[in-house]
Amino acid sequence: MPLRAKVASSVSRTAAALSRAAGRGDGSVIGGWIGLKIDPDLLAHLSAGRAIALVSGTNGKTTTTRLTTAAVGVLGRVASNAFGANMPTGHTSALAKAGSTPYAVLEVDEHYLAQVLEATEPHVVALLNLSRDQLDRAKEVAMMAQLWRAALVRHPDVRVVANADDPMVVWAASPPADPAQGHHPPHVTWFSAGQRWHDDSWVCPECGSTIRRVGEQWWCTGCPLRRPEPQWTVDDDGVLDPTGAWHKIQLQLPGKVNLGNAATALAVAAEFGVRPVDAVSRLGTVTSVAGRYAQVDRDGRNIRLLLAKNPASWLEAFDMADVAPTLLSINARDPDGLDTSWLFDVDFSPLAGRQVLITGDRAYDLAVRLDVNGVPFRHVRTFDEAVRAVPPGRLEVIANYTAFQDIRAELDRVN
Amino acid sequence: MSTESLRIVWIYPDLLSTYGDRGNMLILARRAQLRGMPVEVLEVRSDQRLPATADIYLIGGGEDGPQALGAQRLLADGGLHRAVAQGSVVFGVCAGYQLLGTSFFAKGTRCAGLELLDLSSDRGPTRAVGELAGEVDPRLGIPHLTGFENHGGRTHLGPGVAPLARVTTGVGNDGATEGAWRGKLLGTYSHGPALARNPDLADLLLRWATGVHQLPPLDDTWADRLRSERRAAVAAAARA
Repeated sequence: MPLRAKVASSVSRTAAALSRAAGRGDGSVIGGWIGLKIDPDLLAHLSAGRAIALVSGTNGKTTTTRLTTAAVGVLGRVASNAFGANMPTGHTSALAKAGSTPYAVLEVDEHYLAQVLEATEPHVVALLNLSRDQLDRAKEVAMMAQLWRAALVRHPDVRVVANADDPMVVWAASPPADPAQGHHPPHVTWFSAGQRWHDDSWVCPECGSTIRRVGEQWWCTGCPLRRPEPQWTVDDDGVLDPTGAWHKIQLQLPGKVNLGNAATALAVAAEFGVRPVDAVSRLGTVTSVAGRYAQVDRDGRNIRLLLAKNPASWLEAFDMADVAPTLLSINARDPDGLDTSWLFDVDFSPLAGRQVLITGDRAYDLAVRLDVNGVPFRHVRTFDEAVRAVPPGRLEVIANYTAFQDIRAELDRVN
Repeated sequence: MSTESLRIVWIYPDLLSTYGDRGNMLILARRAQLRGMPVEVLEVRSDQRLPATADIYLIGGGEDGPQALGAQRLLADGGLHRAVAQGSVVFGVCAGYQLLGTSFFAKGTRCAGLELLDLSSDRGPTRAVGELAGEVDPRLGIPHLTGFENHGGRTHLGPGVAPLARVTTGVGNDGATEGAWRGKLLGTYSHGPALARNPDLADLLLRWATGVHQLPPLDDTWADRLRSERRAAVAAAARA
């Protein structure tokens, strides 16, 4: 590593430690920010010599990254941006902090995938899903798929692990080959993790025709785009690998969506030569992920934290949550997106019959939504008020990004 | 109003549904049902014929490609034009508002609109993203408009339409006016579930559709609190 990069890396680690000591956060962004100021190529320097996997998509990135890190850990030490700091500063900080490791598994914000592909030259990239998320700022779904596709065209040698159930991902992962430019189609391994949310993929990104769905199959009515045959699938409470062998998955994380994330993690790890049979037990060691799924006992209540940032992830959260008193908290600060329109893309009726409490900066937007949904609720001003309002036992907390962080702070930054 | 029940059609949710557009259909249906009106809601996809006999038609927002495709299919279908000729209510939001006009820009080219409203849209110098507020045309008799906008278009009104509102915050059509209306057709840049923040606008559409001049009031406590909170937030942002 060049001297400048060494200095940058060391300063970056110190700044991260200072940030944590000052109680300013996980320190996972500030260190990388300072390091990149000193050496703009620091991320590339820190990536050199490591076998890297990138994990990107609208939902499930943090959890899948954690599961993949556990699975690849079979082979040796793995660096990872485990706290969801998923832009280049976070990657830089994570790699600097980890020191020399043979492997790295990095969660990547979907907007930064092209840039991080360029800087880290990964062995494999996992493409999870694309759906509407923070539309006041984020690129719309079709535009994001186009950006991914263009990035993959420039990196034909990266191995791709992609979701066969998401038409936008399939299209992004299948860029046209251009033999004149020496481009060949990327090597793609398809997984099927199920997909509850379909509302961003009714129109074919290739030709604009309608996409039809029957059961798990989907196909474009106007062009050859269709669901590829997946090599990795979720089957009952386990995962079928490409050889047809079935592996029971015992996770400590709730919901079918996490079985899908486990299948993805095994598929990515297999690209490094990890046998699923060696990795499955490690997946069960993951208990919570940067506060997600964490359980905290307070005043006789067992509080469980679920993060839901956009319509697709709310549907998954309702599936994961127990039938128990539920606190919903909504903010619309910068990291959340300023626009709360998406609340009407979520059907809250699964909550009918549960005791529902609402809070957060934008509780009134949620109140109007629940009213239209015919779901009774009570508005509370503080987290403590919510805890006092429910009987002893499980309290499910479902919150969007900064609301989740606020509640996590109340619970002493539980991980 | 059609004979049996209030019929609400959501036009092409497969193409034009980006920002919680379903909300407008849910809100109209709920507000009608709470007043004891039987309601029928229909989601008509872009590969289906559009029935011409509904009372209220809703068109939502969308990206350029789906917007252009939606306009083409509506022109070819002709159902919406027949419905308007019979006095149906049309509520267009964002891309759905633009395509009610004579022309709009999508993917860099000028596309033919439905020519139901005397207005045309082109590209503005910047994307308008953020809170949108305005004082509504007094003839409509409803309080101020509040919403969120996210669009790159600018809309020029012809003499055949009136602006829905005079902009106090945000951009709307051009920074001065926002939305447009004529007869029982109304469009706005307040995107997605625009009616969630504007229950009186929802009731205006219901009054147009039913011909009932006085609807029984509903408990709008939460919507009122939301409106006050948004108004305060906009005022605070203006002071900052």
